[in-house]
Amino acid sequence: MADANTTKKEFTPVTYDPQYILMVNELKKHFPIKSGMVARTIGHVKAVDGVTFNLRRGTTMGLVGESGCGKTTTGRTILRLSGEKTGGQVLFNGKEVYDLSGKEMRAMRTKMQIIFQDPFSSLSPRLPVGEIIGEAVREHGLASKGEFDDYIDRIMDHCGLQPFHKDRYPHEFSGGQRQRICIARALALNPEFVVCDEPVSALDVSIQAQIINLLKDLQEKYNLTYLFISHDLSVVEHISDTVGVMYLGNLVEYGDTKDIFKNPLHPYTKALFSAIPVPDPDAKMNRIVLEGSIPSPANPPSGCKFHTRCANCMAKCKEVEPKQKEIEPGHYVVCHLYDDV
Amino acid sequence: MAKNKPEGYLTAKESRKISKENRRITNQFEKQRKRKNVPESEYLTTMHNPDNAVEFDDLHTYFFTDAGTVKSVDGVSFEVPVGKTVGVVGESGCGKSVTSLSLMQLIQRPQGQIVEGEIRLNLGDGKAYNIAKTPNEKMMKLRGNYVSMIFQEPMTSLNPVFRIGEQVDEVISLHDEEGKSKETIKEKTIELLKMVGIANSEGVYQMYPHELSGGMRQRVMIAMALACSPRIIIADEPTTALDVTIQAQILDLLRHLKDKINSSIMLITHDLGVIAEMADYVVVMYAGRVVEKGTVREIFTNPCHPYTIGLMASKPVVGKQVDRLYSIPGKVPNPVNMPDYCYYKDRCEMCVERCAGEYPGEISLSPTHKVSCYRFYDGKGEK
Repeated sequence: MADANTTKKEFTPVTYDPQYILMVNELKKHFPIKSGMVARTIGHVKAVDGVTFNLRRGTTMGLVGESGCGKTTTGRTILRLSGEKTGGQVLFNGKEVYDLSGKEMRAMRTKMQIIFQDPFSSLSPRLPVGEIIGEAVREHGLASKGEFDDYIDRIMDHCGLQPFHKDRYPHEFSGGQRQRICIARALALNPEFVVCDEPVSALDVSIQAQIINLLKDLQEKYNLTYLFISHDLSVVEHISDTVGVMYLGNLVEYGDTKDIFKNPLHPYTKALFSAIPVPDPDAKMNRIVLEGSIPSPANPPSGCKFHTRCANCMAKCKEVEPKQKEIEPGHYVVCHLYDDV
Repeated sequence: MAKNKPEGYLTAKESRKISKENRRITNQFEKQRKRKNVPESEYLTTMHNPDNAVEFDDLHTYFFTDAGTVKSVDGVSFEVPVGKTVGVVGESGCGKSVTSLSLMQLIQRPQGQIVEGEIRLNLGDGKAYNIAKTPNEKMMKLRGNYVSMIFQEPMTSLNPVFRIGEQVDEVISLHDEEGKSKETIKEKTIELLKMVGIANSEGVYQMYPHELSGGMRQRVMIAMALACSPRIIIADEPTTALDVTIQAQILDLLRHLKDKINSSIMLITHDLGVIAEMADYVVVMYAGRVVEKGTVREIFTNPCHPYTIGLMASKPVVGKQVDRLYSIPGKVPNPVNMPDYCYYKDRCEMCVERCAGEYPGEISLSPTHKVSCYRFYDGKGEK
């Protein structure tokens, strides 16, 4: 797209640091809005608008935010699943994902996998489970013909599925079992990095616990790195080592889970955390209720995007876009309140 | 076929036999239902306690399917006091929604039938109706005016081809007795939309559902439910499809409105956090039965049934660090073939010897706290 260049802002390229499996720098993904007879582009939905973070090997990063804030698009853009990026860098193991050729990309695909949100619609109803899990294994030639069955059995066993499930079809399984199939499908390729896109939000509480435990066990076993996208903050706190809070395409706060939950800095993070219902009837509610709803990402507010709903809004917020600032070691926030700190 | 027959496998012959039997049973119920001019005395009853808005008394709602009878609600009893909020918790498929649909008489007939038991709805002035027997034409008067429901999915429960205004107007014109002129109805609708916190209410009146966000749609649903100031509002997972920030707004709104029109709320959800925040009383359901009920404080500070304990332990809580989440082993028993012992026995880690016996009855731990579990039989010396 030619007009993609006009919205592209300058960014400083990062250099590869081997302790990070994934380095995302000023990543942008805009979707064109087409209208009229000849489908002219009349604007862009800025789904992801400058996201920067680094992900250490073997850790989990939680990505939280309201629906429509670009969590899922971030995950998909990192995996190069939604066309070309608009700007920025994605370094996976030091290689720019978007510079890879088709053949290199194909090899890379086995290293990065995704678990989708809805286990009811992300499994083909016409394939038996063994084929769902094994299809990619065969395509990528990860197991020889003789070992193929054992390979699938082993993966299924690790994910809590029985070997006789192989001939069954997805409709014969409950929601929790289907999510296990999705996890098995992702892990069958021996990935290093898995994007978990709301893997438990469609499940019951008791099943949620099983799946979360399974994800944690598999992480230990295979030394996996997760990008865990969710809007359930209690789940994110439980599973993540670091947390990023997104608002309207931007990462507004990013840091260690402990720091973020103990000491949220950004007004949006504070509001988000205060809205979590606590299962304790005696708990005191000091709720910051956010008025209104999330503005349109096609036409985001000027300056700080959160200023329309922010309780601590200053004159500066409406005009100047805040910069990412490191408040404590490893704890970044994008807010004018901390300009002088 | 050489294949092993899976559990619950039915031959065509067996299946035919079941459906024939089902037809016989449901036809009987339907015949009862379809009578004209049913005398009021048949469904007129009195509340056991006039302070209750609704009393569920040993309710049994069954579904007669071709695979066998599914006992979705199997002897559920609890009360909803006037002006209070009762939270109903449980996994999906435990009969929460069917209980509430029974109260609205919106069960899918003829397969679904209230087989036994009473639902007493307080109409005020010492009058009460037994919903289980109330005929349809009377029911239409009760829905909206006395009981109304906020549905789970605001995305699918609004009609996409009608404007918001029309849909809310319809409720008022059907149910409200006075002020039927178009202008007064429109005025009332706009007032309602304002009440639920829609700032641009005149504009929203003209909009279609797809133009609104999820939170706004849920507000419209709430406006529709509250249009005729019902005595009891059933909120079926009102915030499950919404974000936490919007959820906080909606819960705040529900709480304020409840006090404003002094009605009771029956809140159905699987989020224990929402229950703790909203409810005065909690009912925990498992596989169609109430396993534990009590005030919100009793349930949260002293959960007694192993299922309640498991449910609480399996949810991660912000600010509490645990290495591993507790997960309840096993799965819900097959609804067609319920065991004759405690339904939770096969998943329970606190079983005692007596658990192999018949389904445990209810034990009172305090005047309000009741639990169905053998672990408490001996201490109290009750049976």
